[in-house]
Amino acid sequence: MTSSSYGSYRQLRFSPQRGPVARALAKDAPLRRLDWVIILAALALSLGSSMLVWSATRGRDSLTHGDPQYFLYRHLTNLVIGVALCAGAIAIGHHRIKAAVPVLYVLALLMLLATLSPLGSTINGAHSWIQFGGGFSIQPAEFAKLAIVLGMAMVLSSRVDTGEREMPTSRTVLQALVLGGIPIAVVLLMPDLGSVMVMAVTILGILLASGVANRWLFGLLATGGLGATAVWKLGVLSKYQIDRFAAFANPALDPAGVGYNTAQARIAIGSGGLTGKGLFHGTQTIGQFVPEQQTDFVFTVAGEELGFVGGLAIIVLVGIILWRACRIARQATDLFGTVVAGGVITWFAFQSFENIGMTLGIMPVAGIPLPFVSYGGSSMFAGWIAIGLLQAVRTQRPIAG
Amino acid sequence: MSNIPETGRTRRVTIRLVVLQILVLSLLGTLGGRLWYLQIRNGSQYTAQASNNHIREVVSPAIRGEILDANGQVLAGNQTKLVVSVSRTSLLEQKDHGKAVLTRLAQVLGMNAKDVQDKVRLCDAKTPQPCWNGSPYQPIPVTDQATTQQAMQIMERSEDFPGITAQPTAVRQYPSPGGANMAQVLGYLSPVTDDEVTKTANQSGKNKYLPSDQIGRAGLESVYDNQLRGTTGVDRLEVDNLGRVIGSAGTTPAQPGDNVVTSIDARVQKVVEDNLNQAMTDARNTFDTVTNQNFVADSGAAIVMDVHTGRIVAMASAPTYDPNLWVGGISAKDYANLTNQASNYPLLNRAIQGQSAPGSTFKVVSTSAAVQAGYSLDGHYPCPSSLTIGGREFKNFEGESAGDISLEKALEISCDTVFYGLSYDQWMKDGGIKPKANPADWFYKTAHQFGLGAKTGIDLPAEVPGRVPDRQWKTDFFNANKDAWCKQAAGGGTDYATEIARENCVDGNVMRAGDSVNYAIGQGDTLVTPIQMATIYSALANGGTLYKPSVAKAVITPSGQLVQDIAPQISGKLPDDQKTLQYIDQATAGVVTEGTAAWKFTGAGWPQDKIQLHAKTGTAEVYGKQTTSWLTTYSKDYAVVMTISQAGTGSGGSGDAVRRIYQALYGVDDKGGIDQSKALLPTPQTALPKFNPDGTAILKTASYSYDYPSAPTRSAVYADLVALEPALRSTGRGRA
Repeated sequence: MTSSSYGSYRQLRFSPQRGPVARALAKDAPLRRLDWVIILAALALSLGSSMLVWSATRGRDSLTHGDPQYFLYRHLTNLVIGVALCAGAIAIGHHRIKAAVPVLYVLALLMLLATLSPLGSTINGAHSWIQFGGGFSIQPAEFAKLAIVLGMAMVLSSRVDTGEREMPTSRTVLQALVLGGIPIAVVLLMPDLGSVMVMAVTILGILLASGVANRWLFGLLATGGLGATAVWKLGVLSKYQIDRFAAFANPALDPAGVGYNTAQARIAIGSGGLTGKGLFHGTQTIGQFVPEQQTDFVFTVAGEELGFVGGLAIIVLVGIILWRACRIARQATDLFGTVVAGGVITWFAFQSFENIGMTLGIMPVAGIPLPFVSYGGSSMFAGWIAIGLLQAVRTQRPIAG
Repeated sequence: MSNIPETGRTRRVTIRLVVLQILVLSLLGTLGGRLWYLQIRNGSQYTAQASNNHIREVVSPAIRGEILDANGQVLAGNQTKLVVSVSRTSLLEQKDHGKAVLTRLAQVLGMNAKDVQDKVRLCDAKTPQPCWNGSPYQPIPVTDQATTQQAMQIMERSEDFPGITAQPTAVRQYPSPGGANMAQVLGYLSPVTDDEVTKTANQSGKNKYLPSDQIGRAGLESVYDNQLRGTTGVDRLEVDNLGRVIGSAGTTPAQPGDNVVTSIDARVQKVVEDNLNQAMTDARNTFDTVTNQNFVADSGAAIVMDVHTGRIVAMASAPTYDPNLWVGGISAKDYANLTNQASNYPLLNRAIQGQSAPGSTFKVVSTSAAVQAGYSLDGHYPCPSSLTIGGREFKNFEGESAGDISLEKALEISCDTVFYGLSYDQWMKDGGIKPKANPADWFYKTAHQFGLGAKTGIDLPAEVPGRVPDRQWKTDFFNANKDAWCKQAAGGGTDYATEIARENCVDGNVMRAGDSVNYAIGQGDTLVTPIQMATIYSALANGGTLYKPSVAKAVITPSGQLVQDIAPQISGKLPDDQKTLQYIDQATAGVVTEGTAAWKFTGAGWPQDKIQLHAKTGTAEVYGKQTTSWLTTYSKDYAVVMTISQAGTGSGGSGDAVRRIYQALYGVDDKGGIDQSKALLPTPQTALPKFNPDGTAILKTASYSYDYPSAPTRSAVYADLVALEPALRSTGRGRA
């Protein structure tokens, strides 16, 4: 921590003359206690990705309505709103957020249910959007991830933070699983299998961080494994669906669909080499060979135009956010904070791994965005709110007494 | 952080968080590793795939080189046609996908708008013809019959016709300068097959066939295909995922092919073709007393060869066809007409693919054989009207007898019985019916030394070797046919063919006396081609050197620079010494003045004292058909050979025609007067034609009263378009 420039002249801690600027910069002030590394890393990802989104969309006249900068501006606008939401979360603070969790959870669930009502609309086969006027739309599943993290954290930490128990009881674990399971059930109906996958892994991460008994973790993993085997063996899925799933490893299984995406994505990234073809000079990007390139496949722009250096930079920035978030989780003053941080870490980590992994051909193709990088308002907002939550956990003071 | 407040976390949670951190880091590490694997380790593979992905190649055909005659006249060239093409790429960029433009185009061309639209749609399983089955990036030709006016309208109002081009495009053409046809010598082109495209897929440049390529399939077009065919130009377009063109990645311009200069003289060629046809027509109007019907004269061939080099000055084969039938793809009907039985196979070049017994023209070989066998040139040999050998009577052709005569006289009057006697004598010496271990076989050996029974190696495809029916051949032929003969004999027939089969079944492998005597006068199983006879008679004229015949003289660049000089090649020497050659020279001159051909030469006004000719007539007997007429001749510089199937005697069938060829070469009129200014080629052409800087040959216009008729109009079209677009200069060449 750097000391302020006039610190030596202001020895009196409780000096009544301190102005607002000085107060904001005081050693124990919330601004000073923020984890600026996380914020800068998230900002770097969000700003840098605006170039990638721009590059991927400036030639797609059918999407941009003739304005090549359309997506650049929209992406930056989303970023501004996202940062504002993040600041709001910090300002509201840890304790008030904890108190508002039931309301937030119900709100998020209502939004999610709205997608199944006539308000919802279908994009890319999933009924997961709510469209407002003026080309503005949200994807409630993104916010449902926040709701799962907050709701489960509240239930799991309630008895522990009051000092009644050493660890969450079976009863609370079951309650938490119900809270996590309801949004998953709704998202399954959409169906948005990518989000379901992220939510399921996030739930496991939350349980891991909350210190529940090992049997819960292994039990859930085993149940998941058995379930997957049953689905596979009992022929619930058609051959087409299995091929679609496996196409990431062998594009020939679904050459016109997922296989095409994954093959073109791999060509784009592979042809980037060490330093890439240069921003706006990727032949795969200019030729629009990779579908959904500004959203789910945005990493291919980095891989092709900025090469190994650019792709690795994104992975490293994500790594910095996660590394610092782990620190926040370890240093949190209560279990609620720890679990929230653990949930956000798992969510970011798995979603980033799945997203980048599918463009690299090591994970099945699923329609989920890369946090902070993919174009998309809901994803950007949810990501920045999560950063806000991490900061709120970090800046909290223990309740006196 | 100085003082961490007391937390509610247990040690258990702390461990769990460390586990979480390790898991997270290992996920990110996996991503980094995979990224390295794709981009660094396998990067080049994906770079290649990316470039395949977005580069489409559009080929522009190279102009094929021309085949020129010895004076630079175009024998096979390229006609500039105005081809109007439509670029689909630019049509699709227009709002209505080019509908309006195509309608306007149809109006200008006077075509139906729907027809134009149909022509530019892409073929698929459901689309009926017409449709375009080439690359969608390739400009699609709508018509190659556009007039200059239509082309000008399109190019002047290019803003009204986006994506439409009117370009002069080279189309192969055989202009038949002066009416010379030469179809079989020139050959033809046809598109490459899928197989050929696949086979050459790994080659590069010129050796890689593209589906749009045409290659030579016959004649000079085939033999010199590699020189004539240019290197295709490639325009590399960048396209996006929907195939829309978004840029260019470089262009390699097409390289035109080289020209081949031949030794053919189109004027002589025309004379030879005309006279061959005339001789055949005359024969068909002549009554054959042997078969009691007019001569059939079904096919024939004629060759004029430069005796000093073996170069072909003219080569005609009848029946013939119009080589332009092949241009732009031959129709199924035309192809059937050229290849069915009723067509009498005009695609065959009978000068190198037609073979028959040589008749008495073979006697120069027999004479040489006799000299080699030790018979004296000064000796006298009996010429009775017939000889009985092995119980069979062998007669002179017209039953005449001449007492004891010299070999010279025997050649001159074509006395068969002299050669029967000599050959029978040799056959006896070689052991007769029970041959010696190493028979001398002078008559057969000499034939091989004259180049018979083997291809001459002329630079034309599918030459046939002919046949010398020596002991080896007899054995091979017997082994191959024994079973069939014996089967036919067992059938019990009594007709001539069955009798022969019965005889052959027993001892067909034995060289019988009859075989040998028949052979000595060029009858029986011997087969020769006109080109072999031309080579032999050239050698007799030039002092004994057998040249490998050739049609091409040189390969030159389109601008006239020499690429490759094709020098004459010696393929052998006649076994005769100079004395024998002079002796034969004298005898063959005698044929012209007093012998079998005299009535068609000196008797028809040929000035033998001024221009000495040598000739040997031949009348080959063919079982079941009328006789084949042979006339093999030479002067100081040229050998002229003509043969016509089913046209009677050598002099009767071909005498007038051959004399008229000499008359044209040397400028001799029917009364024997010589007018040098009318001589087409009093001495063989030795130099290559001279070329203008633009590659067109400098023709000696004085000697040409003709030019192909379309030339003036074509150059006018061309000049107009050049004025419009100077870049077109390189795509076609005007010939004035």
